[in-house]
Amino acid sequence: MTDAPRLRVLAAMSGGVDSAVAAARAAEAGHDVTGVHLALSENPKSFRTGARGCCTIEDSHDARRAADVIGIPFYVWDLAERFREDVVEDFVAEYEAGRTPNPCLRCNEKIKFAALLDKALALGFDAVCTGHYATVVLREDGSRELHRASDMAKDQSYVLGVLDDRQLAHAMFPLGDTRTTKTEIREEAARRGLFVAKKPDSHDICFIADGDTQGFLAKRLGTAEGAIVDESGNRLGSHDGAYGFTIGQRKGLRIGTPAADGKPRYVLDISPVDNTVTVGPAASLDVTGLTAIRPRWCGRPPAAGTATYTAQLRAHGGETEVSAELTDAGELHLTFTEPVRGVAPGQAVVLYDGTRVVGSATIATTRRRAAAEA
Amino acid sequence: MVYLDHAATTPMLPEAVQAMTAQLTVTGNASSLHAAGRRARRTVEEARESLAAALGARPSEIVFTAGGTEADNLAVKGLYWSRRAADPARVRVLASPVEHHAVLDAVEWLATHEGAHVEWLPVDSYGRVHPDALREAVLRNPADVALATVMWANNEIGTLQPVRELADVAQEFGIPLHSDAVQAVGQTEVDFAASRLAAMTVSGHKLGGPYGIGALVLGREWAPVPVLHGGGQERQVRSGTLDTPAIVAFAAAARHAVEHREEFAREIGGLRDDLIKAVRAAAPDAVLGGDPDPAGRLPANAHFSFPGCEGDSLLLLLDARGIACSTGSACTAGVAQPSHVVLATGTSPELARGTLRFSLGHTSTAEDVAALAEAIGPVVERARQAGLS
Repeated sequence: MTDAPRLRVLAAMSGGVDSAVAAARAAEAGHDVTGVHLALSENPKSFRTGARGCCTIEDSHDARRAADVIGIPFYVWDLAERFREDVVEDFVAEYEAGRTPNPCLRCNEKIKFAALLDKALALGFDAVCTGHYATVVLREDGSRELHRASDMAKDQSYVLGVLDDRQLAHAMFPLGDTRTTKTEIREEAARRGLFVAKKPDSHDICFIADGDTQGFLAKRLGTAEGAIVDESGNRLGSHDGAYGFTIGQRKGLRIGTPAADGKPRYVLDISPVDNTVTVGPAASLDVTGLTAIRPRWCGRPPAAGTATYTAQLRAHGGETEVSAELTDAGELHLTFTEPVRGVAPGQAVVLYDGTRVVGSATIATTRRRAAAEA
Repeated sequence: MVYLDHAATTPMLPEAVQAMTAQLTVTGNASSLHAAGRRARRTVEEARESLAAALGARPSEIVFTAGGTEADNLAVKGLYWSRRAADPARVRVLASPVEHHAVLDAVEWLATHEGAHVEWLPVDSYGRVHPDALREAVLRNPADVALATVMWANNEIGTLQPVRELADVAQEFGIPLHSDAVQAVGQTEVDFAASRLAAMTVSGHKLGGPYGIGALVLGREWAPVPVLHGGGQERQVRSGTLDTPAIVAFAAAARHAVEHREEFAREIGGLRDDLIKAVRAAAPDAVLGGDPDPAGRLPANAHFSFPGCEGDSLLLLLDARGIACSTGSACTAGVAQPSHVVLATGTSPELARGTLRFSLGHTSTAEDVAALAEAIGPVVERARQAGLS
């Protein structure tokens, strides 16, 4: 680290332990670090309400305290309007269209490594630093690669799979090569005098502070009764809004009559146009392939044609082998070696070559083993 | 460090530090009857007399508080309550829209919780309230006005208010006028008796005294309802054990600031003029806030709006170069909002996002101004590139 150039670094500080330790490590490595807390909520709550969010006054205070201990300047930037437009409204619109978005990816793509990064660069900073667990590798030819974190259990490269070459060139993830447990990160924070050491982890969706995504969506989209049907179209029950379901969901279907074979039923398909939810047996969830759109490449884009990668389909999901064909039109056709379950349009698929992130794309349609394309 | 934020707080004067530290080791509650108490009482009363003399007030008119904010709250809420208690028709509060939040929020609290009808007095593009505007507002119904409040000098844009003329109008109708003079003492002549005010707020740390001490200078005929209840130490209007070391240091600082006021205005005012020239030379489109006539503004204040720049960006870039100043605007959860003062002067919300306040003080030097002169051009250019996010 000592021979690395001294950079002007803007550290995004959420008020949590990871970003605080990341900022501290960047400063310790000799960089000129300035902390910034992003105010993303237009109505910051004065008290922590239920589950942990990242938009409270306390979080802003915690981030400031950490910056003061590290000994770096600290500012709060109001990106609430951008966040609402690019992340919250997108989240609602995706659910309304029957898809399952990941707002964290969207935030990294549009806020942290776009709005924030652009402002940072304009102000003369060289890089944006976050507490994500992922690794940026600088190759001899000057290009950069994004890799999984050293510790696969903490790896967050999935939510960074949307970053392109330019964004990577200005990204710094000081926790990426940490082969330590979360407990050890907390110990490091305590050793550095950062009182956020004992703060609980944030989780879920920061702009839904109470964790009630369905309630949030119901408030935004209203309720409208629709049908729950089986694969043959027989009506089994009703629901208050198709957006309240996720493909692969089993609980909360409230279907009175059991399936003929007595086995559990899962959400197979969501059709917002006629507000209908289709359910069926687990076997019908098996997806053999998918088509994904809007690919974003981390570093070099692959040549058109077919290649074998591993794919990750959810933030905390495992890896699965996949054959990927990039069409001239820029669509990705993926065929899984083994069928996978619980794949929902709107989710991101991130492709890996070993530990290297190849890129990401948004799932548009899936192919099922037995049925036609969903 | 180049410190250009004296309006936020200014270094303690050596006289004040000496007076304070000498008292820190002395025991005695000024309310106690024994020898130690009597000694403390004598110290406090001498400081009170000294402060009163510096402010053109009688010693009995000094009500010590824990700072400017408390004094503002006591004046605004206390006078409202006592005036309304004497006549329930008195529910109207006339206030300038450029007040510090200590007044502004207290007034708004009265509107929300105590049924006050708040009327914001019109101001001109320098943020000044004209006596005719006050008269017009009062005349709408002189009988229902509880109080009026107009600050002596604005903390952001430095504009001086015609306090005496405003007080004349208020007095004509028997209405108490309060003025927050926190920024004014030591920079412009502040004489409580000559001002004809009913109440006036002053603060220690803005004039070279310690934090956490201030006073409401309160005309003898006024008895606001207390905000803090307890031992009734200060004229039964304010309770709490008197902070002898802070009071002594406050009085020492105020005396020094008032005695050196003309010299300060001349020297620091000269530096301020140089600062304005330098900023204008480096950033020709910068808009000076407040009264351009030096006679109409605080000698230590300069305030600019920089088109196309975010005040936060300017602050960050200057801070990175070791220059401390302020955007002058208030914070909500640390998020900068356009200043209500700047907006009240008719500045567009967009331009109001790019404000900086430079405030000089007794430790300011020509080198400070030179450092800013060198930095401000490139800083404005870069902030403009970053734009308004």
